[in-house]
Amino acid sequence: MSERTFVGGIHPSYFKESTAGMPIAPARSPSQVIIPLHQNIGAPCEATVKVGDEVKIGQKIGEPKGFVSAPIHASVSGKVIKIEPYNHPLGNPVNAVFIENDGQDTPYEVMKPNKPLEELTPEEIIKISKEAGLVGLGGATFPTHVKLSPPSDIVIDTVIINGAECEPFLTADHALMLERADDIVYGLKAFMKALRATKGIIGIEDNKPDAVESMKRAIAEGGGGYDIEVHTLHTKYPQGAEKMLIKATTGREVPPGALPMAVSVVNQNTGTAVAMAEAIKLGKPLYERVVTITGPGVKEPANLIVRNGTLVKDIIEQCGGMTDDARKLILGGPMMGLAQPTDDVPAIKGTSGILILTAEYVKDYSIAPCIKCGKCVEVCPMNLLPNFIGSASEKENMDLAEKYGAMDCFECGCCTYTCPARRPLVQWIRIAKGEITARRRK
Amino acid sequence: MERKLVVSSSPHLKSPDDIQSIMVDVLVALFPVALMAVFLFGYRALITMIIAMVVAMATEAIILRKGNFFGDGSAAVTGLLLAMTLPPAPPWWVVAIGSIVAIAIGKQIYGGLGNNIFNPALVGRAVLVVSWGTHIAGNVWLKPVPFGFTADMVTQASPLTTFNASLGDLFLGTVSGSLGETSALALIIGAVWLFYRGHIDWRIPGGFIGVVFLLGLISGGFSMGLYHVLAGGVLLGALFMATDMVTSPVTPAGKLIFGVGCGVVTMAIRLFGSLPEGVTFGILLMNGLAPLIDNLTLPKKFGEVKKINA
Repeated sequence: MSERTFVGGIHPSYFKESTAGMPIAPARSPSQVIIPLHQNIGAPCEATVKVGDEVKIGQKIGEPKGFVSAPIHASVSGKVIKIEPYNHPLGNPVNAVFIENDGQDTPYEVMKPNKPLEELTPEEIIKISKEAGLVGLGGATFPTHVKLSPPSDIVIDTVIINGAECEPFLTADHALMLERADDIVYGLKAFMKALRATKGIIGIEDNKPDAVESMKRAIAEGGGGYDIEVHTLHTKYPQGAEKMLIKATTGREVPPGALPMAVSVVNQNTGTAVAMAEAIKLGKPLYERVVTITGPGVKEPANLIVRNGTLVKDIIEQCGGMTDDARKLILGGPMMGLAQPTDDVPAIKGTSGILILTAEYVKDYSIAPCIKCGKCVEVCPMNLLPNFIGSASEKENMDLAEKYGAMDCFECGCCTYTCPARRPLVQWIRIAKGEITARRRK
Repeated sequence: MERKLVVSSSPHLKSPDDIQSIMVDVLVALFPVALMAVFLFGYRALITMIIAMVVAMATEAIILRKGNFFGDGSAAVTGLLLAMTLPPAPPWWVVAIGSIVAIAIGKQIYGGLGNNIFNPALVGRAVLVVSWGTHIAGNVWLKPVPFGFTADMVTQASPLTTFNASLGDLFLGTVSGSLGETSALALIIGAVWLFYRGHIDWRIPGGFIGVVFLLGLISGGFSMGLYHVLAGGVLLGALFMATDMVTSPVTPAGKLIFGVGCGVVTMAIRLFGSLPEGVTFGILLMNGLAPLIDNLTLPKKFGEVKKINA
């Protein structure tokens, strides 16, 4: 098969025109940042500063409480004015550090270049990634240093950089591949060295030919000594899902319930690779990231570098504000992103996009009975039976939901997208997953 | 800023296709078939189709007590499909009873679209076959008169009893038979639309038609295989009835098994049964087995077959 892809998936409209190819610009420095102390999958952080402290940009303000966690750093210089729970993109309020911005951007002294990559040991690279607070920037926010530290009996031979960016509307990774290709290659080399992997792959959907060219050029110029190639992938959602990407680029299938390392692969996002490069080259921790602000509900879409803890409403305001018919605010992409009840919520490490949809896209569908068309079965990239899982969950028959594969669903949303009866299948599957997980804990 | 934001579970985009648009696609796919029926059998076919559709929609509107006559479009589809399976000009009340039974007993009694076990149109037809057989089968097959919109027509035996029609006539449809079953050409054109729109999968028609051809071939050679595919209701059944989403399996393997089963039962009835045609009961029997087939053919999850070529 000449085209690299997976079985299933959907072809939604991509809506990337409004920000594709737009240069990355820095967002305005906000007068205050509100930095939540929990920004990764795993354990939250504890504040290492107290109210009244003066902090500098890049200074650690949150120390992880567990192994699967990553420290959090100040994104401005200024004074800590409050530490208390505040709105969080994931829903429940989380303890957050409020810093009043003095506008000076005084750098923290510890931020200085490390040794060049050639001289770093794998252990040093892992330590740098941990100290810099790196997490997966695709949205899942899994701490990078954990991914770089597989159990000793696991051999990793391949590192895949996820440049698929299959979510409609989002263009942040695309922009990075155009503007920061050298750093992506540098970051990939660091990941490969840390994992002692022999092969690096950058997977990019074929709707971004300029990104493919850009990455190929960067590999030719800066890939010396490393076996790195670009794989052009069929444009199809969810091509960038971890397991689908591994299948498309290596042909390997990650078994149900297992992590990519089970097939000797580690995935990293393009943004994470750039952050890794910056951490090594500049000693810069992860306190800002590229965010796509887009959608029909925002007046001036853009790709902006946003400081951690900037309120979403401030960012939207910079982009001309919301249109009158804006109805839904989503952090992330339209397929897997989280709808927010308020724009008074800080952007965090996992915020890849701020998407605003208008009334046209926000309809109140009435749910019809399943007509067993099987379209959800066709599109499910995990080869599950979403219709049966959904119906079982709807009837609170969680045993049946589990039998049909509820726990293997990663909630890509293809089934709900495609369902002609407008059944909220993913929502029901989420409920089933929650129930089944709770039951297993007992 | 006071603005009400809608919060809902992802995904936040929906495919433009809904149940109504699928049903409209089916109606579009049936249009060439209906056109051919009018071309061959004249105004009588048109009247039969209109009665069947209007009564089906009215029955559904009354049962659901809703003002929207067309609704999700499924009743119109059921009515039209039922008409396709009937002779070109049965008495009006036979058509009406068929439509009422199809919607009321075939579908709504189970809880409406999605909950029915058997193909509603075929339930309607089956009831007519056993209750008013003389109007539905027997000496009812009109000899088609192309372009004879108001022409007088005489009856002739169906090609499934005579086995003497030419394959060319069977392909074009210039033979006697049920209103919508005679023209393979029109049925295939319609089905191409459904394939193109992604509403039917090759497995059900493929299994069905493949088996009919194979068993026909075994019973009487290559041209007999083709004859069995083109004569009677196999194409109508395989492309439009067995592919009914609600009453067929959802798993890929299940669809193939279902199609094969439809073909086997159809041919068993044709070759060994007392009826000349077996499509209706072939599909109805397999409809009843569809949920079982689904459960026996659960697909392997992604990654379940370990393929580590490291």
